[in-house]
Amino acid sequence: MSTIIDVSHVSKTFGGVVANKNISLTVEKGAITGLIGPNGSGKTTLFNSIVGYHPIDAGSIKYEGREISAMLVPEIARLGLLRTFQQTRIYGAMNCVENMLISMPHRKMRFLDAFRRNSRQDRERAEHLLEFVGLYEKRLLRSGSLSFGQQKLLEFAMALMNEPTVLLLDEPTAGINPTLINGLIDRLIKANTEFGITLLIIEHNMRVIMNMAETIYCLAHGELLAAGTAEEIQNNQSVIDAYLGAH
Amino acid sequence: MTMAQKKWLFYALIIAFTLFAPFIFPAFRTQLATLWLMIIVAVTWDMTGGQMGYNSLGNIFFYGTGMYVAAVVTIGLVYDVGEYTGAAGGGKYAFTDAQYFTGLVLGTIAAGVFCALSALVLGYVLFGLRGPYFAIGTLGVAIAAGELVSNWDWVGGGQGIALPVFPGDFDSAKLFIYYLFAGTGVVLFIFVKWLYATRFGAAINAIRDDEEKAEAMGLHTLMYKLMTWAMSAFFVGVAGAISAFQLIHFEPLETAYQTINLGIFMVVCVLLGGKGTLWGPVIGAILFHIFKEVTWNYFLGWQWVALGALIVITVVYFQDGLMGWLQHRKPEWFGMRVEKRDRLAQEASE
Repeated sequence: MSTIIDVSHVSKTFGGVVANKNISLTVEKGAITGLIGPNGSGKTTLFNSIVGYHPIDAGSIKYEGREISAMLVPEIARLGLLRTFQQTRIYGAMNCVENMLISMPHRKMRFLDAFRRNSRQDRERAEHLLEFVGLYEKRLLRSGSLSFGQQKLLEFAMALMNEPTVLLLDEPTAGINPTLINGLIDRLIKANTEFGITLLIIEHNMRVIMNMAETIYCLAHGELLAAGTAEEIQNNQSVIDAYLGAH
Repeated sequence: MTMAQKKWLFYALIIAFTLFAPFIFPAFRTQLATLWLMIIVAVTWDMTGGQMGYNSLGNIFFYGTGMYVAAVVTIGLVYDVGEYTGAAGGGKYAFTDAQYFTGLVLGTIAAGVFCALSALVLGYVLFGLRGPYFAIGTLGVAIAAGELVSNWDWVGGGQGIALPVFPGDFDSAKLFIYYLFAGTGVVLFIFVKWLYATRFGAAINAIRDDEEKAEAMGLHTLMYKLMTWAMSAFFVGVAGAISAFQLIHFEPLETAYQTINLGIFMVVCVLLGGKGTLWGPVIGAILFHIFKEVTWNYFLGWQWVALGALIVITVVYFQDGLMGWLQHRKPEWFGMRVEKRDRLAQEASE
């Protein structure tokens, strides 16, 4: 396996708040990597730094060996590095199929392709992926009328439609009905094994992340606290302390 | 009759009406031409305002600029523009028929192209602004342009500029201008109908619904925004050019860069008809034009009050405009599907 994302010594402050301090981590191509930590530990800030939402103060972020820390959000997205949002973001006024079709991989399109209509194959692919996440029945409904959990599934399907190389998922199971979570875990693993998408997942649900990720990084107070396999993290005393509030 | 046949019949009737309207209502030729102008500026305003979510209050800039470009090109092809405007009609500046029509064609094309290019340049700066800031920024451009042009003697300054007169009688001039506006309007409508059905249309809708998400999905958002505004500016510029030939003489502040008249009317038309719909701006423009002509003719002195009341009522009670209101009530007419449960919940909440 080779390293696809290489975050090295990244720091980010907002005014006096140190959100990320000297963080280094790597994501291996084709793997599932987890990122955990208590609320406010800087996970989402790190995500935002990787996908270009804000400039970083120090350090470097490399994607496939290329420095991306100075690039803009859409540029990074067009490299095949995509993220989903903690608070789902879908186009609420459009139906599910339209949401899927607008998520076509624009990096693979030529200029004039924008002036075409979507082909039957595009439509079939959109419907196939909606079926994959279990939303086929709802494909023609206005996506804003779906439940939060369903919108989350739709956002995941939209990300898959974009054919990313790496997908950064910000709390994919938050707000999802516990009985649906197992199904979602299966789909995430399938996305990784069948579609070959590298995953970096922020997750609060320990059962979920421990079952999926080969490598887990734990942040606390903006710093990297521990890194290792699920088992190593579970037995790490400082991780337990961080979650239970000891300092 | 199938649905498709009905559709074609409907379009055929509209085309037929467009062609024969000036003969059915010969007394209203100028009104009908102005109606098409309203439709053009409303549909183009909706391209950015309704379909892309960028409410420009400065599209009138392209109208005024289109007028001036057309005038400068038409005159400049034959005479020195500075001398021509300096004489203010005092010199002998005749135009042959050929010179008139060459100027009309080249001037109109140049107006469209120049406006499209200036939209690209302005957009590069202004699309960094969002929401009300974009609206105010674009308004600033239009007002500033009017002031600048009114102090630019080469194009006649505050006195404005005069174009050659149509080589023919008064009635055929009216008819000619009507068909220019109507032709441009029909081409524009076919163009946007096609555009909104392509991926491009979906992309600008995505920018309207959630631009940050669109960026995160890798859309070339700035490119889409610039292209949309440029296409819109092209048609407004062409409409401005035709207006220049219609009015013959125009001046910068009240006619060309008329921010509080046409600059606001185009927005009201779209709000009235329904933002972000294909037919909304067209229907809105027709309703608005009728409303305006009725109040301006029969309630003179109160016309601005009536217009203000119309704007307030639209904004407070019909925020989605006529088409939006219909879409909300009868979503199945627009090919949308709503779950019965949602429909019941919606009806219960009303």
